[in-house]
Amino acid sequence: MMTKEVVIKTEKLTKRFGDFIATNEISFDVYSGEIFGFLGANGAGKTTAMSMLCGLLTPSSGNATVAGYDIYKQTEKIKKNIGYMSQKFSLYEDLTPRENIRFFGGIYGLSDKEIREKSGRLIEQLGLASEADKLVVSLPLGWKQKLAFSVAIIHEPKIVFLDEPTGGVDPVTRRQFWELIYDASDRGITIFVTTHYMDEAEYCNRISMMVDGVIKELDSPANLKEKYKAATMDEVFFELARGAVRKAD
Amino acid sequence: MRTLRFLLQKEFRQIFRNTTILRMIIAVPIIQLLILPLAADFEIKNINVAVVDQDNSSFSKKLIEKISASNYFHITSWSSSFEKTYPLFENDKADLILEIPAHFERDLVRENHQQLFMAVNAINGTKALVGSSYLTGIIRDFNGDLRMQYVQQTANAQIVPIEISSVNWYNPLMNYRFFMVPGILVVLVTMVGSYMCALNIVKEKEVGTIEQINVTPIKKHQFILGKLIPFWLIGNFVFSVGLWVIARFVYGIIPLGSIGLLYAFLAVYLVALLGIGLLVSTYSSTQQQAMSLAFFLMMIFMLMSGLFTPVDSMPEWAKWIARANPVTYFIEVVRMVILKGSGFKDISKHFLVMAGFAVFFNSWAVINYRKRSG
Repeated sequence: MMTKEVVIKTEKLTKRFGDFIATNEISFDVYSGEIFGFLGANGAGKTTAMSMLCGLLTPSSGNATVAGYDIYKQTEKIKKNIGYMSQKFSLYEDLTPRENIRFFGGIYGLSDKEIREKSGRLIEQLGLASEADKLVVSLPLGWKQKLAFSVAIIHEPKIVFLDEPTGGVDPVTRRQFWELIYDASDRGITIFVTTHYMDEAEYCNRISMMVDGVIKELDSPANLKEKYKAATMDEVFFELARGAVRKAD
Repeated sequence: MRTLRFLLQKEFRQIFRNTTILRMIIAVPIIQLLILPLAADFEIKNINVAVVDQDNSSFSKKLIEKISASNYFHITSWSSSFEKTYPLFENDKADLILEIPAHFERDLVRENHQQLFMAVNAINGTKALVGSSYLTGIIRDFNGDLRMQYVQQTANAQIVPIEISSVNWYNPLMNYRFFMVPGILVVLVTMVGSYMCALNIVKEKEVGTIEQINVTPIKKHQFILGKLIPFWLIGNFVFSVGLWVIARFVYGIIPLGSIGLLYAFLAVYLVALLGIGLLVSTYSSTQQQAMSLAFFLMMIFMLMSGLFTPVDSMPEWAKWIARANPVTYFIEVVRMVILKGSGFKDISKHFLVMAGFAVFFNSWAVINYRKRSG
C-alpha cells in the first residue's frame, strides 16, 4: 500500500533542552501507507522526535508537517489524524476493554452506532469475548498491548505512532502484534514505529537509524544490509550504534 | 459537549469502581462527624486539685467541699504540707495546688481579711487558664456566702450583692457541638475538594494515561472540567450527608438560615477549592508528592481557619494568613447561617472574597497546567 504521497515531512527539526541537543536538525519524509521503522539506541533522541511529531513537544527550530498539518500551528488538527501508543501501557486499567473502546471512540468523535460496531468487531478480532467485561488490569500484557494498538487506531487515523509497542512481550504475541500492524498498513494507515528488536526492523519498509540526535542512515533493510555487508539487521545496528557518544538512559 | 460527556462517564466509572474512594466519600464524613465533635470539647472538666490545708478548720472544710461539689474539680490529695504535695505537680497528678494557710478561719473572722495561694500547672495553657478562673470563681462565691452570713449575723447593714445574669445568644445551652459540627462539615468538604481531586489527576500522570489523553483531540478545558465536575458533585454530596443526616439526626442541628444560601456558598467554595486541588496536581508528578503537598496545605488551612481557635484572638500576622485562607470564610458562613440565621446581606462580602479565590486559584492552575510542555 506504499505510495509516494508524503504524510510526514521534517526539515532540520531540532529540540534543545538547555545545552543538550536531543534531536539535531533531523530531516526525513515518510510516505503514506508505509511501515517506517524509527531505530536508535536508548537516548538517541527517538522519543523526543516522536513527541514533537505528535504535538506533545514544541520544537526549538526546524519545520515539520504531519498529515499535511504544521506542527507549530495545527496541533489540534494533527491530533485528530494520528493515533499513538506508547511503551508505557496507556489504557485505563480500571475500566473494561469495552469501556476503554467506548471512551477513546467517543473522544475521537465516533457516533454511538460506530462505537458499538467497532467494539463488537474489535473484541471478536482480538479474541477477547470472554474478557470484554473484565477490568483491563487482569489481562495478560500481550493482550493489553494488542488492545491498546486497536484502540489507538479506532478512528482510522492517517498515521499511527508506536513507541516500542512490543517491549516485554513474548515472541508469539509479538508476531500476532505485527499481524495487526500489517492489517492496519493494508488499510492505508501509515505506521511509524520505534523498536529495539532487530527482527522487527526487518518487517519495516524503510528504517531510519538515529545516533546521538542525528539520523545516520535511512533506507530499506535490504539496502542497509548490503551497504554494511551484514547478514542481519543486528549487525547493521551494532555497526552504527557503536560510534555513539551518549550513554544509554 | 460530547467529549465532556465521555470524560464524565469515564470518571464516574473509575470513581465508583474504586472502593477506597467510595469509603472515603461515605464513611469518612460520618465517622468524623460522629467522633470529632464529641471528643473535641473545650469545656474543661476533671481538673485535678491538690489541697494543702494548714488550717483544718470548719471554714477550710467548707471551701473544699464547695470545690469538690462543682463538677469541674477532682480533689486528688489533701494534706497539710506543701512539700509533700509538690511532687504531685511534677508527676502531673495535679493541675492546681490550693494552699489554705494556717489560721485561715481565725484571721478571716477577726481581721476580715485572708489570703489563699494557688499554684497552676500551665503546661496545658487552656486547662490552666480555665481551671484557675473556675477556682477563683468558686472562692469568690464562697467569700460572698461568708460575708452574707457574717453581715446578717451582725445585722449592721443590708448589703445587696449585685447579681449578674447572662444569656447566651445563638447557642443558648453553650453546647460546644453546635459550634464544632458546622466547622467539621467544612473540613470534610475541604478534604474532598483538595485531596481527592489532586490525587485523581496526578494518578493519570503517574500511570501514564495522561500522555495518551494529550495526543487525543481532547482540549485542556474539557479535561479539566471532566475532572472538576465529578468532585464538585461529590463535595455537594458529602456536605448534604453531613447536614441532613448527621447534623440533623445526631446533633439536632437545624439551620436557622436559608439552606439555599448555604448551598449557593458551597457551590462557589467548591470551585475555589477544586482550583487548589488542580494547582497541587500541576506541581506534582507523583501521587506521593501531591499527597505531601495537599497535606501541608490542609494543616495550615485547618489550623488557621478559626475552626478550633477564634481568628480574632490570633496575632496580627496570623490574622492575615487566616484572611488569605478560603476555609476561614466558609467556616464563618456556615456558622453564621446555621446558628445565627444570617442572610445574604450579612455574608455578601464572604461571597465576593470566595469568588475572588475561585478565579485566582483556577487561573493560576490553568496557566500552570500545560497540555504541551516545553
